[in-house]
Amino acid sequence: MAPTGPSLIGRRMIRVEDGPLLRGRGRFIDDLDIPGALHVAFLRSPVAHGRLKDIDASAAKALPGVHAVLSFADLRPVLTGDRIPQALPSGAIRFDVDPIVLAKDEVTYVGEPVAMVVADSRRVAEDALALIALDLDELPAVTDPVAGLEYGAPKARLDCPDNLVARQSIDYGDIDGAFAKAAHRIKARFRLHKGGGHSIETRGIAVRIDPVDDTLTIHANTQLPHRAKQILVAALGIGEQRIRVVAPDTGGGFGPKAAFHPEELALPAAALLLRRPLKWIEDRRENFVAAVGERDQDWDMEMAVDAGGRMLGLRGRLCHDHGSCTPYGVALAYNAGTNVIGPYVLPTYRLDINWCLTNFVPCAPTRGAGRPQGMYVMERLLDAVAETVGIARDEVRRRNMIQPTQMPYATPIKQRDGSTMTYDSGDYPECQRRALEAGGWADFPARQAAARKAGRYIGLGLANYVEATGRGPFESAGLRVGASGKIVITTGASAQGQGTKSMLVQLACDVLGVAPESIEVIAGDTAGIALGFGAFASRQAVTAGNAVHQAAIAVREKAIQTAAEMMEASAEDLELKDGAVQVKGVPHMKRTLAQIAHAIAGVPGFALPGGVTPGLAASIDFPAPALTYCNGTHICEAEADPETGMVRLLRYIVVHDSGRIINPMIVDGQVTGAVAHGIGATLYEWMRFDSQGQPQTVTYGDYILPSSDTVPPIEVIHMESPTPLNPLGVKGAAESGTIAAPAAIVSAVEDALHSFGVRIRNLPLTPERLLASIQAAG
Amino acid sequence: MEMTDKRTITVSVNGTKHTKEVPVRITLADFIRYELGLTGTHLGCEHGVCGACTILLDGRSARSCLMLAVQADGHEVLTVEGIAPGPDALHPLQEAFRDNHGLQCGFCTPGMLTTLLEFLGDNPDPTEQEVRVAISGNLCRCTGYQGIVLAALDAAKRMKAGRA
Repeated sequence: MAPTGPSLIGRRMIRVEDGPLLRGRGRFIDDLDIPGALHVAFLRSPVAHGRLKDIDASAAKALPGVHAVLSFADLRPVLTGDRIPQALPSGAIRFDVDPIVLAKDEVTYVGEPVAMVVADSRRVAEDALALIALDLDELPAVTDPVAGLEYGAPKARLDCPDNLVARQSIDYGDIDGAFAKAAHRIKARFRLHKGGGHSIETRGIAVRIDPVDDTLTIHANTQLPHRAKQILVAALGIGEQRIRVVAPDTGGGFGPKAAFHPEELALPAAALLLRRPLKWIEDRRENFVAAVGERDQDWDMEMAVDAGGRMLGLRGRLCHDHGSCTPYGVALAYNAGTNVIGPYVLPTYRLDINWCLTNFVPCAPTRGAGRPQGMYVMERLLDAVAETVGIARDEVRRRNMIQPTQMPYATPIKQRDGSTMTYDSGDYPECQRRALEAGGWADFPARQAAARKAGRYIGLGLANYVEATGRGPFESAGLRVGASGKIVITTGASAQGQGTKSMLVQLACDVLGVAPESIEVIAGDTAGIALGFGAFASRQAVTAGNAVHQAAIAVREKAIQTAAEMMEASAEDLELKDGAVQVKGVPHMKRTLAQIAHAIAGVPGFALPGGVTPGLAASIDFPAPALTYCNGTHICEAEADPETGMVRLLRYIVVHDSGRIINPMIVDGQVTGAVAHGIGATLYEWMRFDSQGQPQTVTYGDYILPSSDTVPPIEVIHMESPTPLNPLGVKGAAESGTIAAPAAIVSAVEDALHSFGVRIRNLPLTPERLLASIQAAG
Repeated sequence: MEMTDKRTITVSVNGTKHTKEVPVRITLADFIRYELGLTGTHLGCEHGVCGACTILLDGRSARSCLMLAVQADGHEVLTVEGIAPGPDALHPLQEAFRDNHGLQCGFCTPGMLTTLLEFLGDNPDPTEQEVRVAISGNLCRCTGYQGIVLAALDAAKRMKAGRA
């Protein structure tokens, strides 16, 4: 039966999350008052690489208020193994280097947890840290991924035979033949840095141990509660029914909160040992040195094109800084390598990817997950092709673009699971056309010339992207109408500020015709639903959205069927409206959802109406076997000052296609936020280390985040090409804005300084680097 | 002075007077959050850059992570919990944040609200650029600032209409 009334899908609806957050009544991890909790502080490695010989904690243990100082040896008896079992397999991995809960006999990065102090307060715990003596023999550190793979380089870990932790090739087509017939070959090397997640809320964990139920409840601001539980069950060797992981309100995720960090095992293990509730809230310095993030990739590339600028082939090497262990598989460089092709036809391609172990905090995805780097490489090379061939930057893209008539477009790339990477839908040329129009591309040369006369250097940049979204294999949702009439949605999806709950409520309201206030969403709680994943890969509208939508449809059908029995009416004559099933056109002849739910909750000894199954509820695990690709075009107008090297962004336009839109307000917010993240990665954010592996940028005075006066107004224009891959036709949107930003901004800066012949390869583009590029060009 | 020394202070927070003995080394933010239980004031960096912990001290914005609790002795503090006129109503600034998608995760929001409350009091009719400068000391990682800037401009209109 079709829904009654106008659809809510596509409508701007205010969010259900906002009320408490605006009043200061959010419940973030550090806001939870855990009765009797002791506080934890971690002693962290002061060196990038060293042999750990002894930990003398006698003075720390003697400090009043300290309950325990624990090392690896103390925690090991409650663990099933030495290392934290990760379950993200890949054939590319040469050595399994799962993280360790606390350093055992070797430290491998500055910030690695070595010991934990448990005390009455965090203040006392930190006082005690200063009283612990570490006996360490410092070892040579690997602080550059390219140098780390050279013959004779020191080893980043003593337990690995070399630093090449993983390797993989993407290889299709006759690459040598392509280069042999090329009219032009363009070589370029890129050193691309991308920084951390930097959610304004740091990580945090609180563990409650219940001696009556013999259970362990872990409150953690994780993006993946179900995965965290799975790891804890394996690492602690205790039954699934005894562990619950629940994520409270979470102050931003952006990737790092998806990886399972050592602290997430250390606290539950210590709670089991001490039989006390524990709490640890990461401080910002810890977040800089110990939270995973992205770092460096070195791309050495060559492109072959014909005389008209059409790509014939691309080949090269990607060296990826992996950090000191593997907390989250090896997706990062692979995403970068596969996303290179973007919305273009690339007939031949060979990329050799080498993952190098280094003595830095491990790398794991932040928003964009390697794709911005891949897209940057392609887009910068296309600008270089345009220059070489003598055609416009928009024209070179047009000539290489996948046409809408080619959809679905099977790329020649095989994915992790062996399937073919296939773009499902979209109109890439039209997307670029709309962006050029909105950005005033055709008129820009005149504006640029006028600005130049006034002594200003302005430029317009262009970049396209695609993003694989909605990663499966599935997401779970349950929807139940209680006898009170209140509707509870449970899902494995999790929420860090994306408006996930609002999105799910909107979809359920659309089907059930109820008010948003009558629905509660329990997301990110392993006690709410048995299976699930959570937030990564721009996936939750696709996976959880469709799951909730289908569950709501099943509940609607059941409500109508049951009401038909109760009212002795025909289901065809009934409709669901305003929280009740009513006879069409006769609103007073109705049964409310509460009445229906009550009727099929059952009474002992009486049959359910019409023999329906118990409970006004449905559970759906929505399968998402294939990824759906969103796409877009960014246009950036920038001004560069050749005297100071400063870059200012004047205008920013995004034409974005994430399929059918559920709530345009939320999608706009996701896109603008992601663009800001991309602006930071391009112009400001640089996590620096010295040659010994000591972090140099551990405050927001040294590591610069984009601010309200450096992010320009961002104009978002939507296209909607529904995907055929799911019933709602939706694609993901949350990361895509980050992907094209570096390429678009750098294209604009090169355009602004065209008269200098500036070539920009490396990221971030700091004023010093831009000045150096100007000097190199001159 | 020892780190464990304590002093008794009296601070008015959101119109309620609190007299408490506190360790001299704790920050005003920790006092507000853990001694008074007003957890709406958030800590993002604890070194004065992110602005999430911004409160109003005698009507002026201050970083509660950079002040000691004892320094607030005898002063009036307004936190995010004190902005709404009542349990069932929001301040026009809060309404504007809700209606313009001025928040996503909500973690920086308390500092944005307090900062803008002071700013809009001083400058009831700001330009977009003035708003951007006013909140340039408050970091937000979610929104790209766009919704916040729109909310602030909308709030200025609503507050003006409220006064008319």
